[in-house]
Amino acid sequence: MNERERIAADRGTWENEDVAAFARRRPERRERFQTFSGESMERLYTPADVEMDYARDLGFPGRYPFTRGPYPTMYRAQPWTMRQIAGFGTAADTNERFRFLIAQGQTGISVDFDMPTLMGYDSDDPRSEGEVGREGVAIDTLDDLDELFRGIELDKISVSMTINPTAWILLAMYVALAQERGIPLDRLAGTVQNDIIKEYVAQKEWIYPPRPAMRIVRDSILYSTKHMPHYNPVNVSGYHIREAGSTAAQEVAFTLAAGKAYVEEVIAAGGSVDEFAPRLSFFFVSQIDFLEEVAKFRAARRVWARTMKEKYGAQKAESTRLRFHCQTAGASCTAREPLNNIVRTTIEALAAVLGGAQSLHTNGYDEALSIPSETAMKIALRTQQIILEESGVAGTIDALAGSYAVEVLTNRIEQRVNEYFEQIDERGGTIACVEQGWLQQEIADAAFDLARKKDNHEFEFVGVTKYRDENGKMPALDLQSINPAWERNQIERLHRTKAERDQSAVASALERLVRAAGDERENLMPYTIDAVKARVTGGEIVNALVPLFGRYKELAIF
Amino acid sequence: MMTTRAQTFRIVVAKPGLDGHDRGVKIVARALRDAGMEVIYTGLHQTPEEIVETALQEDADVIGVSILSGAHMTVFPKIFGLLRERGADDIVVIAGGVIQVEDIPKLHEMGVSAVYDAEQPLQVLVGAVTRHATERRARLGLV
Repeated sequence: MNERERIAADRGTWENEDVAAFARRRPERRERFQTFSGESMERLYTPADVEMDYARDLGFPGRYPFTRGPYPTMYRAQPWTMRQIAGFGTAADTNERFRFLIAQGQTGISVDFDMPTLMGYDSDDPRSEGEVGREGVAIDTLDDLDELFRGIELDKISVSMTINPTAWILLAMYVALAQERGIPLDRLAGTVQNDIIKEYVAQKEWIYPPRPAMRIVRDSILYSTKHMPHYNPVNVSGYHIREAGSTAAQEVAFTLAAGKAYVEEVIAAGGSVDEFAPRLSFFFVSQIDFLEEVAKFRAARRVWARTMKEKYGAQKAESTRLRFHCQTAGASCTAREPLNNIVRTTIEALAAVLGGAQSLHTNGYDEALSIPSETAMKIALRTQQIILEESGVAGTIDALAGSYAVEVLTNRIEQRVNEYFEQIDERGGTIACVEQGWLQQEIADAAFDLARKKDNHEFEFVGVTKYRDENGKMPALDLQSINPAWERNQIERLHRTKAERDQSAVASALERLVRAAGDERENLMPYTIDAVKARVTGGEIVNALVPLFGRYKELAIF
Repeated sequence: MMTTRAQTFRIVVAKPGLDGHDRGVKIVARALRDAGMEVIYTGLHQTPEEIVETALQEDADVIGVSILSGAHMTVFPKIFGLLRERGADDIVVIAGGVIQVEDIPKLHEMGVSAVYDAEQPLQVLVGAVTRHATERRARLGLV
């Protein structure tokens, strides 16, 4: 009998004797314990439960398969980037919030755009009415982006832009702005989300159908790889998949499946995997189930490393190294008793840090009520600073490795992800699954299952499904106010820019762009950069390509 | 046959504007379907005109409008204006999503029958839809 067998035998005795006798006097609280994703949680995990070869499965930080972290020293040298997303109103309004956050010690910038900017409508489009500057900042032209980063040195701070179907236009504006300011492109650090696949699957911001949209992503990856060595041209995102109701394993599986699709798209266009793969970055949520989330991040790194090496033949270690941004779960925040969200966010932020995130956004306590107020953002940032400076967890790397429970959960997520990869391959690959609506259906099923478990009290939410205080008073919160003047001001700005620009330069830039779009071998980025420099608006660029690319119509499944 | 048809409530669930948050609306759609109702989900990015047109074509008892983008004060007046224009303001309108507390009385004043968020159990929502749809049919003399 080896040691694991001996432990398994002892465990059987313990269950039959100690546990059984004790449980007769004091029954357990539930018949079945489960993770937030519905995976079973056993009473106890021991070495007998962990199938693990240290060198093969864990290894060392900064080394394949990166289970323990992407860098050799992790937070001992470089703390995660504290990157609070912000955006509302006009560029000038958001610029003020950026400067506030930087003054409070924030180390990166993250831009939230309003719905019209995200979807490719100008602020004066009828579809934009009531939405300009509401959920993010309105950016119509390069003049707006210039105003957004007024007084901010783009060669000194990294900027992340959460934008997708119009990502290439914002990337073009960013490049154009750097060029107009005389900043060499190789000095730009930052990320553009640019993950169109998860839009069809979860976040639901789209313009064109998947195939032309993939070509645009390909063009931006190829352009960025060539000209911007410190820039991440795509941030493959699981956040929205999970927020749409998926399980932890689905979040990782569908995100990495999207990552695989981008890799295949760029390889098909003649890109070499070791040239661009090191610049791929990822984005996950940190949900409330602490142990499951820590395991998820570790499993994601390991699966991606193995996939890149084994499936795509990546030679460089950096091509197999998964780096990720993390955001605490908006969906876990409640509108009732909103200050409790500070506690939830703390637990989630701690999981992100113990899971080895490279950057982190912590939600404001008012997340379920409105866009965040300055007060809420300050506490959220302080939460990260307390974890870094006071809690001690950033002093050693991957502190939960070797926990029997965490290793079992890590292995299980990896196994589930691989099972999904097989199913996706059988259905013809990621894009085919998106077009069939299969990924969407899987997520909708998981979301409904979770809603049912909430109604059944299989999962409790404090202050909402349990300990609900019907007489409790809402604390007086200083919520972010919505200024009705934002929309008017932005439309005026847009009309000013349009009146002042050289109209013939606009027409010829658009004409060249459309011609390039018709040729699959052309890269759209240089043409788009020329167009935004001529102060062509985002909406004009989008609309010019609609006759060629078409508009996406979703499968409305539920 | 006639009685079965008449007792099956018809609900159009709609997502107006550019807002893509459709987790809640899909859960609600499924819960209403499981409760035996005919559910027509419009899909995303609908204009108020498209929503009202769908409701009329589908002979809806109730329109459920899910909105999390903050644009509700722009969208609902348009929906009610169009319903009145088309002589269809007997259709019950229910709102769901992220609606600021101070806006709820204003929505009721406009004619919204009920406002829901994700923190209420699905049974409560299903019960309310059933009640409002039943009352509407009683008002119109439909059994």
